[in-house]
Amino acid sequence: MIALSDFLILGALLFSLSVLGIFINRKNIIILLMCIELMLLAVNLNFVAFSHFSGDVAGQIFVFFILTVAAAEAAIGLAILVVLFRNLNTINVSELDRLKG
Amino acid sequence: MEQIIFYCFAAVLIFAATMVITVRNPVRAALFLVLAFFTSAGIWLLLEAEFLALTLVLVYVGAVMVLFLFVVMMLDINLSSLQEGFTRYLPLGILVAALITIEMLAVLGASHFGLDIVPAPVPQPDDYSNTKAIGLLLYTTYVYPFEIASVILTVAIVAAITLTLRDNKSRKAQIVSEQIKVRPEDRVRVVKMDAVKKEPES
Repeated sequence: MIALSDFLILGALLFSLSVLGIFINRKNIIILLMCIELMLLAVNLNFVAFSHFSGDVAGQIFVFFILTVAAAEAAIGLAILVVLFRNLNTINVSELDRLKG
Repeated sequence: MEQIIFYCFAAVLIFAATMVITVRNPVRAALFLVLAFFTSAGIWLLLEAEFLALTLVLVYVGAVMVLFLFVVMMLDINLSSLQEGFTRYLPLGILVAALITIEMLAVLGASHFGLDIVPAPVPQPDDYSNTKAIGLLLYTTYVYPFEIASVILTVAIVAAITLTLRDNKSRKAQIVSEQIKVRPEDRVRVVKMDAVKKEPES
């Protein structure tokens, strides 16, 4: 049988891979958004695994809400990305310095 | 058998995630992300979360990733400038990722969540419906969060449309100031004429 720790370790690996992706793709905002989606996937995997092993469906409800919020986030993020590209003609993160932060 | 499936799917998932973060072309990255979501759906099926697995395929692969692909194809991106610093931050990134992994392995490893500590649950009977269980809980205990989620989705639609809507001239819109400025004399001309028209003399 597959232990709970196997699923958790898989989720941890997935999460660290997306952290690594955010580090090495810091210029490309599209890949950054994809890395965030991967992170949410890793979190969801943990929720589903715990829900299965503790026999409580409430964990899957949480995954449902995370999916909803992630879909909204992706839609708004991509809309902002399109507006950004239309105004600045670039999606390079290092050139997005209008706010002088 | 289950273990073979799990390890195959886990390997494919890790491979797909690695390709997502290393591949140069964003279109390929999006396609590998589709593979990652699909494989995750398979793993969720192993965890008896059938409804969520199907939702993941429908919502993510069907909607979110198609949205990603559309945006990537719409934008004309200069790829070479986006790859700068790829190797420069690689050592630091690997260090941080390795630290996160080691920390999580120390906490989540088999010594704390192994089979002897958290035993595998009894498989559900054949007539068990995961969708029904989720629905029963979602529409009773979690009905208010469910409605808030629908509001969030509506706000997301409105925000996305408002952000990307271009103010083009073909759009039909009211200009209220022009409407208020109009006087009756500009629009209606009163013509004086007799109420009865005279019969032409024959």
